[in-house]
Amino acid sequence: MTAPSSDLLLDVQDLKVSFATEEGVVQAVDEVSFQLHAGEVLAIVGESGSGKSVTAMTLMGLTRSPNARFAGTARLRRLDLVRARDDELRAVRGEEIAMVFQDPMTSLNPVQRIGRQIVEQIQAHRDVSGGEARDQVVGLLERVGIPRARERFGSYPHELSGGMRQRVMIAMALSCDPSVLIADEPTTALDVTIQAQILQVLKELRERTNAGIVLVTHDLGVVAEIADRIAVMYAGRIVEEGSTDEIFYNPQHPYTWGLLGSITRVDRPRPARLPSIPGLPPSLITPPQGCHFRPRCPHAHDACLPRPELLARLGGGESGHTDRCVMAPARKAQLRRAGERIGLVAGGATQ
Amino acid sequence: MGRFVVRRVAGMLVVMFAVSVLTFLIFNVIPNGDPADRMAGRNSTPVQIAAIEREWGFDKPIYTQYLTTMEKVFTGDLISYANQTSVVEEIKRGIPRTFALAIGAALIWLAMGTALGLYTAMRAGRFSDTLVTVLALIGISMPVFWLGALASYYLGFKLGVFPNGGYAEIGEAGLWEWVKHMILPWTVLATLFVGVYSRVLRSNILDTINDDYVRTARAKGLTERRVMVHHVLRNSLIPIVTLWGLDFGAVLGGGAILTETVFDLQGVGQYFAESIGQLDVPPVLAVTLFGAFFIVLLNTIVDIVYAALDPRIRLSR
Repeated sequence: MTAPSSDLLLDVQDLKVSFATEEGVVQAVDEVSFQLHAGEVLAIVGESGSGKSVTAMTLMGLTRSPNARFAGTARLRRLDLVRARDDELRAVRGEEIAMVFQDPMTSLNPVQRIGRQIVEQIQAHRDVSGGEARDQVVGLLERVGIPRARERFGSYPHELSGGMRQRVMIAMALSCDPSVLIADEPTTALDVTIQAQILQVLKELRERTNAGIVLVTHDLGVVAEIADRIAVMYAGRIVEEGSTDEIFYNPQHPYTWGLLGSITRVDRPRPARLPSIPGLPPSLITPPQGCHFRPRCPHAHDACLPRPELLARLGGGESGHTDRCVMAPARKAQLRRAGERIGLVAGGATQ
Repeated sequence: MGRFVVRRVAGMLVVMFAVSVLTFLIFNVIPNGDPADRMAGRNSTPVQIAAIEREWGFDKPIYTQYLTTMEKVFTGDLISYANQTSVVEEIKRGIPRTFALAIGAALIWLAMGTALGLYTAMRAGRFSDTLVTVLALIGISMPVFWLGALASYYLGFKLGVFPNGGYAEIGEAGLWEWVKHMILPWTVLATLFVGVYSRVLRSNILDTINDDYVRTARAKGLTERRVMVHHVLRNSLIPIVTLWGLDFGAVLGGGAILTETVFDLQGVGQYFAESIGQLDVPPVLAVTLFGAFFIVLLNTIVDIVYAALDPRIRLSR
């Protein structure tokens, strides 16, 4: 938000996504707003079912279906991705906005050579000859760290390891130099050493092309590694958003406290039990009134019953840090200090 | 690949040997199956029967009979017991008819099955899907002899649009006459398969369409048409190719007995049916081997094509 608006790549305002199911209407995404600037990595974190993947898929138009309803806007430059016609959407996806999916084992067509699959994308957007496209693909494969790229061009997905396949997916996403890259849990299906390598590839990409990256993940370790800003999602809403340092060192929302409290830290004495947030995320068919975290929040009271707005934090701190908790900042600071003292930030962990 | 072919050829020989032995044995134990008895006629004397047995070698042990019969199959000297005609000549006469029926019908049912399968999958759940599904089930359930007889009677005999059965040589009657004679048999034989193929393809497509790589294809910015043809249909057709190869092999080997008979095409299948009716061992044995050959051959081709279409499959040994 401090960046000049010319660098603004993606402007999502009040995005709502709901799906009609047999059990009722699922409000998967509920008034989500965020912005992405060039060269920035925005991490959307949350538990499974918090709506983070649906948000990401919606930006690609991949949630469109007869059962889905949308509201709000998601502007990629001039184009509103929510309301774009199919042909407009097709023209930008893979070209200006590209996506890396969670599971590299199933996200590539098993019966086509990987090189062909990338060439297909380039030729869908650019008028290039087969030979030129092929050279570009070999270059891309080298760029994402695939050894012997020229030979690998002709490999089938099943001949590559998971890490290599994810590199192929990234090479594919980069093939038309997108300005926005959406990575939906890009490292979740991979083992830890490979995760680090994939993150390195994403970092290099950001440096090189100045693309903006939306990183969807539940892995706070990954977030700490690469993100500039973090949006914390809970039950379809963004409950807190701010710079990575702000979220990690000055979290304001009790849900964020719980989320951070549930990671082990080597610089603190280890608690006897790994803290967790008691209770379960609410049903998105009949969400709780007011704050969605209210039923699980140890600090909830009557003020939490009206629908919480995304509030700019009162009093000091870095600008742009917002959260949805109505508690007074002084009270939050007091609770956090108390939590730190007993080694727990999530107040309810001992219940 | 070389070893694969060698193994398959060896396998084919084993299958054909087993099939021939079984066929031969079955016809030896069938009641009323004694060929000498049947050849001698109703009012024959034991002396006449004994003479025939000696002449045809029916007095020899069964394995000797088997060996001489098999030898004649391969030298082309096999003679029908029922009417003393050359079996190999009869089969040769039937092959163009059977092949014309099999190839034409197989192309029709593959094309129609694919088109209807794709159409119903794209409209899954809508009225047109239900309608085509019902029609496909009717097609599957209709017996060939009934449908064939209806078509032949109304379109052939009554309206005279098509010839009332029979086969026309291209060389003698010309291409158009040949096609006119084949349209009804092709359609009737294909009807059954179109129903099956469209149903199988429809469910394959509906499975594939939710696969992750189809989502990837959309995310690449491909046109919906390209996503459907290159990713969904391409992958959904692989099992259909297998099915088609096996069905085609069976029909090519004379399996379309009912269709050939209803339209009096005089193909290998019809010859087979008539020979069984007369308990005529030599043609039955020869046609069985003929059919087994095509089924095993198409099986092998299907395996090779399958490996080419799906690189995850390797031809083992």
